Amino acid sequence: MIYDLIIIGTGPAGLTASLYASRYQISHLLIGSQLGGTMAWASMVENYPGFDSITGADLAQKMIEQVKKLGAEIKNTGIIEIKRKEPNFEIKTENDEIIEAKTLILATGTQRQKLNIPGESEYLGKGVSYCATCDATFFKEKIVAVVGGSNAAVMSALHLAALAQKVYLIYRRRPLRADPIWVERIQKESKIEIIYETNVTEIFGDNKVMSGIKLDKPYQNNQELKVDGIFIEIGGKPGTELVNSLRVKLDEKGYLKVKSDMSTNIPGVFAAGDVANASGELQQIITAASEGALAANSVYRYLKKG
Amino acid sequence: MMLDLNDKNFEQEVLQSKIPFLVDFWASWCGPCQMVEPIIEELDKEYEGKIKTGKLNVDESPQTAAKYGVMSIPTVILFKEGKEVARKVGFENKESFTKLISDL
Repeated sequence: MIYDLIIIGTGPAGLTASLYASRYQISHLLIGSQLGGTMAWASMVENYPGFDSITGADLAQKMIEQVKKLGAEIKNTGIIEIKRKEPNFEIKTENDEIIEAKTLILATGTQRQKLNIPGESEYLGKGVSYCATCDATFFKEKIVAVVGGSNAAVMSALHLAALAQKVYLIYRRRPLRADPIWVERIQKESKIEIIYETNVTEIFGDNKVMSGIKLDKPYQNNQELKVDGIFIEIGGKPGTELVNSLRVKLDEKGYLKVKSDMSTNIPGVFAAGDVANASGELQQIITAASEGALAANSVYRYLKKG
Repeated sequence: MMLDLNDKNFEQEVLQSKIPFLVDFWASWCGPCQMVEPIIEELDKEYEGKIKTGKLNVDESPQTAAKYGVMSIPTVILFKEGKEVARKVGFENKESFTKLISDL
């Protein structure tokens, strides 16, 4: 069978696109390896309307249930290839399954950015973590560092401060770029010390577990900090490798270039969420959801036009 | 089916298992863990008879988690004849877990 639409990516953009596609009665497949996407990493979501405070994992679960209720077909698997098959498109899954559709919505989000410094991969799971929500529990009464200055970094620092003895928040710039409401909260938290305009250059330890980090400039006369854990929250890079073969245009930062209706330069290919450049620096669940809705609407109109 | 593992049954179920055992270390608050679980479930079915699988809640069974130095979840460890033979930390796709088993 040839689907009208394949939605690639199962975060808030892809899930919302499916929700709308179901209501437009567009035959579609929702496919991705990470149900919930980046949203599932968030310890608290407090800026999605209708929810005072909800964990990212719970919000993801609610969205997935809603999408399933509408009858969407979901495949929880990765994709290894996307290509043109005139006049349609074809994707190949990790299980070597080949699926064809008339249109695509690319909602592949971003991949976690790494610091790319010595010790980072060596001490992964031995002190190095990319998910404060998941791993805070292993650092009760310990000293930890968080790297980054965004909402996610500040939220992680606050989440860790509830359990750890001390939290250093290390940011390469000044001031923090998190929303004022988060900045105010972090300034009130006595366990958190913010180190501005500083980079982490190395993570070291005894091979079994990390014991500290090196900084590119001294903090309180010391270029090394003794920490038991480091949480890296420096954002993501757009997941666009798969679409190279389609020749979808990227912007100067590497995000998929879309018009206000979420269309790309390739007819029949739309994009939504963090991978697209529609909402600039604001990469939120609500912007992803909104772009997913717009993309599904554009697919609807595109298919109707024939 | 994935077995429910804990500090009490780990030795008997996993370490004394006659066939290799894939253990998923998880906790309820961990979003990425919820994405790993269905993958392990699938592998459990696909490799029935060749491996066993189970999940261990690090919150309820901290001793076993600490014994194997688990400091980040999800962590998936493959045990064979009572010893760790391979480990994956963080969310990985199905292919990567499949490789753990096919490398056995």
